Amino acid sequence: MTSALKNIIYNCKQATFLIEKRIAGKITTAETLQLRIHLAGCSVCKVYQQQSILINRVFVGFKNTDFKLDEAFKKTLTGKIEKEINKN
Amino acid sequence: MQNETDKGLTAKSPHSDPLSWVEKYADYLYGFAMSRLRDEDVAKDLVQDTFLAGLQRLDRFEGNSEEKTWLTAILKNKITDFYRKRSAINLKVINAEDEQQDFFDAESGHWTEKHYPRAFGLEADNPLMMKELGSILNECLAKLPGLWFSVFSMKHMDDLASELICTELKLTAANFWVIMHRTKLNLRACLQKNWN
Repeated sequence: MTSALKNIIYNCKQATFLIEKRIAGKITTAETLQLRIHLAGCSVCKVYQQQSILINRVFVGFKNTDFKLDEAFKKTLTGKIEKEINKN
Repeated sequence: MQNETDKGLTAKSPHSDPLSWVEKYADYLYGFAMSRLRDEDVAKDLVQDTFLAGLQRLDRFEGNSEEKTWLTAILKNKITDFYRKRSAINLKVINAEDEQQDFFDAESGHWTEKHYPRAFGLEADNPLMMKELGSILNECLAKLPGLWFSVFSMKHMDDLASELICTELKLTAANFWVIMHRTKLNLRACLQKNWN
């Protein structure tokens, strides 16, 4: 067994690192294989992977329309713009 | 360009009506900022700065793009500046490799027992539950070091290429991935701790 393979089979730190790299970027074919082998035998990292994907989904899931400004602030804002326009 | 000086801020751009900006765009811009910053005060400040900057550049707005697109572009720049500033402040404080080393056993790389990821026991198709999870996630995001948050938000909200984020925030690629990893480990642990 190559040392890289040995390293990943037992190493959750490396496995979770590869999980993140795969989700947000790219990993090599060798890394994909290593990760697959690790996940086949590691239920804890499988839970991690599911939750990691979920976190991204929840984070991105907020829509712009989920956030609304309060009327008081809008009023202040309008006031400031008017003042700025009338400055000179 | 002689009459430019006469224009000043009172200049009426034929393409733009600043008095209607708040009405038309404030909520949109605030939402745009909030979804990227998750901080009400900062988001409000940046929306205000955007309008004021827009007023100052009104004479340069030529109506080639939509007013909304133009203002959003100004806001985007302000958000990037904010990320950059916040990251610089935190840069010295963090040595990503040192922090939270105890998620994993230093020797074996195994999860330490107290950090074992456990199932959240939630139903992903339950909107109320997801909403609750979302607000806990926001609290967890607020606890992240500024640089980490900036990296995470730029990557996921703006879907920027990793290389671009590295350039913007002056990071090496290796550092970038260490931060992405640490960020997720922290967020996940924070959610596990505060969920239920």
